[in-house]
Amino acid sequence: MQAFLDTFDIYLLEAVVNGILLGGVLALLALGLNLIFGVIDVTWICYAELVMIGMYGMYYMVQVFGLPYWVAAPIAILLVAALGAALHYIVIAPLLTAPPINQLLATGGVLFILQSFATVAFGIDFRNLGIRLPVLAIGDMHFSYSRLLAFVAALLGMLAIYFFMKRTFTGTAIRAVAQDRQIMSLMGVDTKRIYLITSALGGALAGLAACLLVLQYDVHPFVGLSFGPITFLICVLGGLGNFVGGFIAAFVFAQIISLGGLYSDLEWGYVLAFAFFIVMMFIRPAGLLARRS
Amino acid sequence: MNSRYTAWAVGLAALIALPFVYREPYHLHILVLILIWSFAYTSWSIMGRFGLVSLGHGGFMGVGAYVTALLWNHLDITPWIGIPLSMVAAGLLALVVAYPCFRFRITGHYFVLVTLALSGIVLQVITATRDYTGGSLGYTPNRAPSGRGLLALQFDDKTTWYLIALGVWVVGLLIWRWVDRSMSRYAMEAISEDEDAAAAAGVNVTAEKLKITLISALMTALAGALYCQYQMFISPDTVSGIAVSLQMVFAVIVGGLYVSLGPTIGAIITILLAEGLRIGFGTKAVGWDNLVYGVLLVVFIIFLPKGILGSVLDKLKAQPKKPKTT
Repeated sequence: MQAFLDTFDIYLLEAVVNGILLGGVLALLALGLNLIFGVIDVTWICYAELVMIGMYGMYYMVQVFGLPYWVAAPIAILLVAALGAALHYIVIAPLLTAPPINQLLATGGVLFILQSFATVAFGIDFRNLGIRLPVLAIGDMHFSYSRLLAFVAALLGMLAIYFFMKRTFTGTAIRAVAQDRQIMSLMGVDTKRIYLITSALGGALAGLAACLLVLQYDVHPFVGLSFGPITFLICVLGGLGNFVGGFIAAFVFAQIISLGGLYSDLEWGYVLAFAFFIVMMFIRPAGLLARRS
Repeated sequence: MNSRYTAWAVGLAALIALPFVYREPYHLHILVLILIWSFAYTSWSIMGRFGLVSLGHGGFMGVGAYVTALLWNHLDITPWIGIPLSMVAAGLLALVVAYPCFRFRITGHYFVLVTLALSGIVLQVITATRDYTGGSLGYTPNRAPSGRGLLALQFDDKTTWYLIALGVWVVGLLIWRWVDRSMSRYAMEAISEDEDAAAAAGVNVTAEKLKITLISALMTALAGALYCQYQMFISPDTVSGIAVSLQMVFAVIVGGLYVSLGPTIGAIITILLAEGLRIGFGTKAVGWDNLVYGVLLVVFIIFLPKGILGSVLDKLKAQPKKPKTT
């Protein structure tokens, strides 16, 4: 075993594993965004900001009100789910028939609102949960439990969504609406209700991501900007609305960021990911898994 | 038509004469800011009015500002050369990102998200190269030794800056008008309606889109460079990133996307609003101005998608002909 490990660059291996762990959370975010795009045909530019609000929710519940993490997490998920439903009800619903660009810009406005709301309400200090999970050491490699937990929880979250979509009536209705909006309302499906449920689901995924990310990162009003753009790139690379494509793209990007961060700063990992993205657009413009027309 | 030109000439003469009559520095400062941002917003609207919604203009602006300042500080290249170089850099960036987008029909949501990522990435690069750019703390171009202000494009008096900004703003409006009257406009409108139909009608879709994007990016970089030279301080958050991109879109939407003075009206409203909120709330107002911004943006998009000036002009035009439709 040791001889095997010696032949590899130990840090490279560690970075690869950390990349896979990061990929889990990114895939979760991409799934939420894809779900909303696939069903409602709207892109929430403010998606990462929902995560930020969720992270603040966790911070306040754990640090200020002293709730245990396991109690706070479901509440935070419900909170962000409610926020997602509210976002749909207040902002998107009146704009459903408007040009797609207007819907997009409206969620851009919500991004402003959420960011500045956080600035006004919580201040611009960096805050963290103050929970330090132990670090798992295998050989010379170190993996923090918070990342492992995030990875496992993200996978479980995605599995839950999968079963919900495949096994329940509502899930089937959601998939049907995603396939054909007009016909499904003729078939007696209440699309308004489906849209609200989907928005709440998307919000819940953001909430779950918030619970996991808050273990690893400090929260501040602009934290959404550090993973928002990368989530959009993942969704476009995977093909907007394509769940499997988004899942694969998330892991590809996570590897690039993680390995880029190994050789240089984390920011350069992002730059590398963007360069990769531009190259990929030449090769597979309609997403990783799209059929060539 | 003649009376219209006369009105423009009188208005312009009044604007040129203004700083010689009225010298209150703070108000002139606000005017200069309004003119520079109006120019930036106008350059965004050149693209935006054809449905090419770019959220990458924060990136172009950042490139314009930072390249100019870095060339001056590190290589002693005067902004007179640095600004064109920075515009070339932004133009190249625009081509690299826009070409695959247009060539492979990345439109609508996809295009917005790609450009959004672009402005995010420019912000990351500026932050990552903190050894050169000062990172999040911001960056200041070196002061030119006295007597060499013209070479360094650094002027202490507001009047000079006001005239420069006014000139650039007028050029921006002229470019807007030029595009408005050119064949490109018809080509772009056809493209924004239906790309396939436009291509079938003989429009070179990729080339037309690239042309408009390039014009827009070059102008935005110039705006960034001017802002840097005027303020003598830039930070990643004030000239680049998603927030600046959204701010541009917001101002244009508020003012009116389809009229030449719309972006200017948007700049006047947003900057006066921001200044008003800033002074009104004092230092504890951090965030309040953006909160109001965001709420207004959402409200505007829901209720007044054509913007203030656009809606007013529509009302004026529509009244004699037909009753108001919803």
